[in-house]
Amino acid sequence: MAGPEVTDIAAALRAVLPGDRVLERAEERRPYECDGLTAFRELPALVVLPRTDDEVRQTLLTCQRLKVPLVARGSGTGLSGGATPHPSGVLLSCARMSRVLEVDPVNRIARLEPGVPNLKVSEAAAVHGLYYAPDPSSQVACSIGGNVAENSGGVHCLKYGLTVHNVLGLRGYTVEGERIELGGSAPDGPGLDLLALAIGSEGLLLIVTEVTVKLLPRAPCAQLVMASFRDVHSAGDAVAAIIAAGIIPAALEMMDRKATAAVEPFVRAGYDLDAAAILLVEADGTVEEVREQVQEIEGVLRSAGASALRVSGSEAERLRFWSGRKNAFPAAGRLSPDYYCMDGTIPRKHVGRMLQAIEEMETRYGLHCMNVFHAGDGNLHPLILFDANEPGSWERADRFGAEILELCVTLGGTITGEHGVGLEKLNSMCVQFSPAERAAFFGVKESFDPLGLLNPGKLIPTLVRCAEYGRMHVHGGALPHPDLPRF
Amino acid sequence: MADIDESVLQEWRERLASARRDRTTLRLRGSGTKDFYAEGLEGEVLDLRGWRGVVDYEPSELVISARCGTPLSEVEAALAARDQFLAFEPPAFGADPTIGGVIAAGLSGPRRMFAGAARDFVLGTRLLTAQGELLRFGGQVMKNVAGFDVSRLLCGSLGILGIITEISLKVLPRPRVEETRRLELSAADAVAAFNRWAALPLPLSGAAWSQGSAWVRLSGASTAVRAARERIGGDAVAPSVAEAFWSALRHYQLPFFAADNIWRLSLPPAAAPPDIPVEPLIDWGGALRWYANVPAEMGVRERARAAQGTALQWRGAAPGGRFHPLSPVIARLHRRLKEHFDPDGIFNPGRLIVRV
Repeated sequence: MAGPEVTDIAAALRAVLPGDRVLERAEERRPYECDGLTAFRELPALVVLPRTDDEVRQTLLTCQRLKVPLVARGSGTGLSGGATPHPSGVLLSCARMSRVLEVDPVNRIARLEPGVPNLKVSEAAAVHGLYYAPDPSSQVACSIGGNVAENSGGVHCLKYGLTVHNVLGLRGYTVEGERIELGGSAPDGPGLDLLALAIGSEGLLLIVTEVTVKLLPRAPCAQLVMASFRDVHSAGDAVAAIIAAGIIPAALEMMDRKATAAVEPFVRAGYDLDAAAILLVEADGTVEEVREQVQEIEGVLRSAGASALRVSGSEAERLRFWSGRKNAFPAAGRLSPDYYCMDGTIPRKHVGRMLQAIEEMETRYGLHCMNVFHAGDGNLHPLILFDANEPGSWERADRFGAEILELCVTLGGTITGEHGVGLEKLNSMCVQFSPAERAAFFGVKESFDPLGLLNPGKLIPTLVRCAEYGRMHVHGGALPHPDLPRF
Repeated sequence: MADIDESVLQEWRERLASARRDRTTLRLRGSGTKDFYAEGLEGEVLDLRGWRGVVDYEPSELVISARCGTPLSEVEAALAARDQFLAFEPPAFGADPTIGGVIAAGLSGPRRMFAGAARDFVLGTRLLTAQGELLRFGGQVMKNVAGFDVSRLLCGSLGILGIITEISLKVLPRPRVEETRRLELSAADAVAAFNRWAALPLPLSGAAWSQGSAWVRLSGASTAVRAARERIGGDAVAPSVAEAFWSALRHYQLPFFAADNIWRLSLPPAAAPPDIPVEPLIDWGGALRWYANVPAEMGVRERARAAQGTALQWRGAAPGGRFHPLSPVIARLHRRLKEHFDPDGIFNPGRLIVRV
């Protein structure tokens, strides 16, 4: 289908927007060709940088009139290609809509434009002793609008929830350019929970221009327990033992030896390099509460067979213990020319089994993989190391990743815990969802966006695509391990 | 766990097929504890209690999965045996609703502002569609962003999109210690105090006001509860009295709820008292305010709207519908979603605002 000429689209946009809002030259558009998943690149036909609600609306009306695809983008830190541009479409960047509109310490909410970086929200609320809980590793850069699109998590989800649990309201525009308001500062309004549906919808349903978030009182104290384990299975069992003891830690992270060995020379966090895996368990609350919980956590970890335990003695030490975990991705980048980060989730009890399977896959694909997990949530981030310049290396990494995700589904989990589907996991969606389930997703999409202009081709794979993927990967129409129950 | 005759689902499929063929409608029903709630009851009753049983519960995974017809009491008993609970405290209305009804209605109890709402604990659902297909959304894991979050959309959908046949919920360990303080305060002072305390790192799990008394519940580690008790002051409430109060509030058993005309206002928690000259019952730290027997000319909806909130006619007839009106855009999205999930309009017509 031949769309309108780029020059016509640009002229139409310039007619309704101030001149500096539209980027046309290739070198201006180049920075937008990919998000955090750099393996997927596409130059957008045009880039629009609105500053106001009305400019967003005008952009939408123009795109709708000319039937031009529109892809919204926050800070471009996403890891699934959710913001990969459409080659004949408009890339709408929210970077210039980055004002904190209001911090209301009494109702404990903040109203934000979508381009506000995640960390800025907590900084703006700090004077009131409040903060915004979800803290993706990229929180210095990633935007609240992008967090809403992806339903982002972080290391404190087990206790404080994901974006969906911490966003109270959205304002924005439908593809038709109509104002839409979902939720708000009053809880549990009438009708279907379209707010929950919009969060994590990856830019396929609406364009958000304002986000109302919940602010929480900052815990006065936090302490981190670091535990070493001689094998990954006992580390996995220790995670279950903590939960079974009735403890919900503020964070519960795991790193395997390959991960600690990669980060230690880089950040000198003080990790035990003899351990097959380490756990980082954080307690937060009042000073007395934290003391009580840390003692309990130490007891459980010891009974679960921890070979060594260290408790952070100061805030500086706590942050140093964290620094290794937070720098796992850059460390992977130092170790290998390229790395591919996976994001499946499995029931906690299968963590040991998954690590063993990954080890076997490393041999089979001839690639190394280091593992960092949000173990408390069962959310895995295996980092597959490869060299894109080596012929066939990316293809092997891609297949390696897909196999991990398929095992996640087999074990009763999901192909993505917090990074989203985007373009990257479209094939894996064919494994997790039946044709009827995918049709239901298309139904939701069409309800909001009948013409299919918002971020087309992402999140939901077509029947044709799944059929092709099935021919490649799924033999005889059956999933791998057909004997295992799913969910 | 539970052994079940799969023919139940087959029977339901036949009922769906004949409803579509004969152009009749179905009224999905569990125990009927919420027959009074929301809009009209139309269609032939399809009793969903036959598909029951806890299908999976692993305390260390913090997840329970149960079929829709499972009585809430059975789910709660299974959890209590392992010292866990449903932190959103769903109401039972003095009877025993099904877990399917609990999620289809999406109502939450006194802990809602502190622990989360029903929808916050929904991890996965299975949905039997009008076409008789069994779909699965979400799952049994804490984090899952594959596809649209249809599971949470179904929470509170009142059966208009299909039959929720199975639900996976996140559960939490029971707090180690729980205690309640009571303070004699005016309604306005209570709301101000609730919001002051909610901005501090205190282990609040309930904040309500009724007939001149503010009730504040604290839950958590013993040290944290002790420190909070000193901060909040007021009088200690005997555990049996506290339990009776929070249970009656949660399950709509307070004498207040016997009125036959009740408004439920959902407001920003610190909102100034709406100008309604009737003494409220306040829950959720100020975000939920109940009014009984308000004269019709008071314009409750406009007053709720002026306070940035919404008003629902909980009991009693409301001209133009019980729910707060939706904007035209939102109403259109409701219609389109309904048409996609239930093109022949066989499920609960008119129960939740829209009909096909």
